[in-house]
Amino acid sequence: MTQFQVLNTRAPRLDAPAKATGQAKYADDLTMPGMLWGAILHSPYAHAKILHIDTSKALKLPGVKAVVTAKEAGLIKYGVSPARYDETLFAYEKVRYVGDEIAAVAAVDQATAQEALDLIKVDYEELPAVFDMFEAMKEGAPQIHDEFPGNLNAEVHQEFGDVEAAMAASDLVISHTFLNKRQDAAFIEPHACMAVFDSDGRLTVHSSTQVPHYAQRTIAMVLQMPIGKVRVVKPYVGGGFGPKAEATPLEMSAAFLSRLSGKPVKMTYTREEVFLHSRARHQFYAEMSLGVKKDGTMLGLKNKAVLDGGAYTSFGIATVYYSGSLLGGPYKLQGMKYDGYRVYTNRPACGAQRGHGGVAHRAAFEQLLDMTAEKLGMDPIEMRLKNIMKRGDTTVNELDMSSLGMEECIQAVRDASGWNEKKGRLPKGKGIGAACGFFVSGAGYPIYRSDTYHSTVVIKVSEDGGIATVLTGSAEIGQGSDTMVAMFAAETLGIPLDNVRVVSGDTDLSVDLGAYSSRQTLMTGHATKEAAEQVREQIVQLLADDLGYEASSITFRDGIVLFDGGPGNFEKVRTMYIKEHRGWTDPPHGEYLTFREAARLAYLKKGTLVGTGKYKPPKLGGSYKGAAVGTSPAYGCSAQVAEVSVDMETGEVTVDRMYDAHDCGLAVNRTQVEGQMQGSLSMGLGETLFEEVKFDSRGRILNASLGEYRIPTALDMPNVDTVIVESNEPKGPYGAKEVGEGAIMPTIPAILNAIYDATGIRVNELPSSSERLYMKLKSKE
Amino acid sequence: MKSLIQLTVNGRLVEAAVEPNRTLLQFLREDLELTGPKHGCGLGDCGACTVILDGKPVNSCLVLAVQANGREVLTIEGLAENGKLHPIQQAFVDKGAIQCGFCTPGMILSAKALLDANPRPTEQEIRLAISGNLCRCTGYQKIVEAVGEAAKTIQGMEVS
Repeated sequence: MTQFQVLNTRAPRLDAPAKATGQAKYADDLTMPGMLWGAILHSPYAHAKILHIDTSKALKLPGVKAVVTAKEAGLIKYGVSPARYDETLFAYEKVRYVGDEIAAVAAVDQATAQEALDLIKVDYEELPAVFDMFEAMKEGAPQIHDEFPGNLNAEVHQEFGDVEAAMAASDLVISHTFLNKRQDAAFIEPHACMAVFDSDGRLTVHSSTQVPHYAQRTIAMVLQMPIGKVRVVKPYVGGGFGPKAEATPLEMSAAFLSRLSGKPVKMTYTREEVFLHSRARHQFYAEMSLGVKKDGTMLGLKNKAVLDGGAYTSFGIATVYYSGSLLGGPYKLQGMKYDGYRVYTNRPACGAQRGHGGVAHRAAFEQLLDMTAEKLGMDPIEMRLKNIMKRGDTTVNELDMSSLGMEECIQAVRDASGWNEKKGRLPKGKGIGAACGFFVSGAGYPIYRSDTYHSTVVIKVSEDGGIATVLTGSAEIGQGSDTMVAMFAAETLGIPLDNVRVVSGDTDLSVDLGAYSSRQTLMTGHATKEAAEQVREQIVQLLADDLGYEASSITFRDGIVLFDGGPGNFEKVRTMYIKEHRGWTDPPHGEYLTFREAARLAYLKKGTLVGTGKYKPPKLGGSYKGAAVGTSPAYGCSAQVAEVSVDMETGEVTVDRMYDAHDCGLAVNRTQVEGQMQGSLSMGLGETLFEEVKFDSRGRILNASLGEYRIPTALDMPNVDTVIVESNEPKGPYGAKEVGEGAIMPTIPAILNAIYDATGIRVNELPSSSERLYMKLKSKE
Repeated sequence: MKSLIQLTVNGRLVEAAVEPNRTLLQFLREDLELTGPKHGCGLGDCGACTVILDGKPVNSCLVLAVQANGREVLTIEGLAENGKLHPIQQAFVDKGAIQCGFCTPGMILSAKALLDANPRPTEQEIRLAISGNLCRCTGYQKIVEAVGEAAKTIQGMEVS
């Protein structure tokens, strides 16, 4: 039996009716009087010098209102981490990938804007280009950025414990390599935005962003405006998954065009532009060795990563650290060594995507575990359980697992799937596989070095006392954060969910770092809880003073007020409320005082009731270089089992069923937790079996459409048995932590381990398409 | 050169002059301000722009506005009656079938076309019917459950 009134239920999302009826407005649904349409001119070359840009003809085209290039926009360097600001809004001197932005135009309609792009004349001198990360590292390779010789964007070298000693003490060392492919986030809503200056020179950008706060900072920096003069508003967003977590050239182009034209400017990416500009999953190459004792005890792990970063850094510094730090758990290790290299190539830049930096290396590691278990003659689940971390353990790289239901997750999927009856007993072509993973509940540090709060929240109570409105800059992008915030507020105030409204996604409302690194449930949740407590305490105190009760004797529950657990003597307050609202149709009644009456009393004594909350993590992590990446107040974890059928003639894989257990600390909303688990899994399944952004020999994307770039359809997805594990995280609000990204970690290796079980083939390159598996089946015959 | 068209949209007669290259999606979104149908790709790949044209689900980005002349269009805005959600909409809300919501209008209309033609679909029939509507958020499971639930509700309503 749950101790909660609102939390831990299956309350429908607050925004569901608006979305089910088509009333929910997304960025591309917005219009404004006098609005212009913007469009961007892209480089047709992967690597070329820009000799000359002539925009005069475009400017003369009737209907064109503004054209902007590097000349007008300036050369402010920006990016995600201040350590690597390596791009300008528009290319100058040279272009670095097919799609690099040259210019943007605003015109009275879309067709005129497109026509104007064709009239911009750019003289290029093509340069030799490099598209492969290993080629790019070789001596004599074309240099993409002068400041980064050898095209080395970032390198990381870390060692924890004594890895050589751990390997020397091992009875068995097994090695494995793994290569994934560039994955597109393929959210169904392309990025869109509307930029408008008001008469005071204040800029508002309505944008499909995950991170209004970071977008505001970057836009202000590039447009050289005070941050307070830039407002970013996020309407409903049609999925983000990471690539909408940075300011985009779309937003900044629209802002410049609006400044130049004096009109609102709307811009939307085409689907092809989403593939070009959406900084999605890197290609990773992993090289890994694991040393174990004969009894299966894991001792040492050596991990090397090479990342194809594309032409710019984006989130890449964090990405290359995550590929190392996220292997520190959930298994005990005595030593871990990591060498990571992020390399520039003449391809579109890559960034953060669900499971940031961790997914490919987790896939390599969890396969390595199975390979090791097989050599030792152990059941792979037994081997995992033997090495599993528990609540309170610290990883070899100093991550504090203050709660960790990893063992419960493994046992849950083992039992639900009938693992013990199936493993090793299925016919040829049928297989079962398992894997685990964990992920942060919010990055421990902001992207820029700062003492900022990660989240602040304001709660305001309506003057009649009926409705609490939560004001937050956090970003609802489909994951359900508005509903999460409302549930925390309702639970803490002791009122029904219906009586809470949420206004979110606007930098005018509060500071919130936004929807990335699975941070909002823990961080925005904490700030919401604190704000609600402040409101509650004010009302309790005023009520206590007025009625002569001890404050500690007053509680709110489901919208009513309890005095020492009973109705108490509140006649005075009720009489006052009813007198004030004479003639109203809904006078409070019943044997208990309502929250509404109590809040009205507080308003009359104090004015508008406001509570504010804030959260920032405590100082986290070790003192080594890069220790910040991977830190988090808490870690979610999950285990999955996949059952597959492989057609031994064609190599086609069907995932028949999956079992997924996730520890989210406390399921704030059980339906939404399952939704995150099932959705994560579908993105992982797509990456495993068919997703790959393909390029031609000149760096042009070959499959920049949702027809040719295949994501899972309803026919590809199996049903998933979901098990929610709740470990009650001590550092989470009411015990809650992440679910949005940890749930993707085990998917790829669980399916690949199942394919091995079915076929005896170890897939070390994604996607495991029928073509790739067919070739391997043939060469094995 | 614009052409005059006359069609029924969500039960109301609409007359308009449209360019010959204007898609039904552009016409609905920009001229009629019905932004429920979404533009996800413009190529008929994603299904976010699905509307029901003479009883059949179509990608409105692949239909010209002039082709809809004399025909009947239902968009998501026309599904709820007198402010009461249609049983499919209600099931999507109740079952957690909605996350970002961008695929939802198209998904619900594909489901409606299915249930109109086949009131008691199997799970596989539901999956096939919505296989032209891409969703990146949910993994489809709760959508499939919602459509099944809606089928039961509609059956129950007809029996009673």
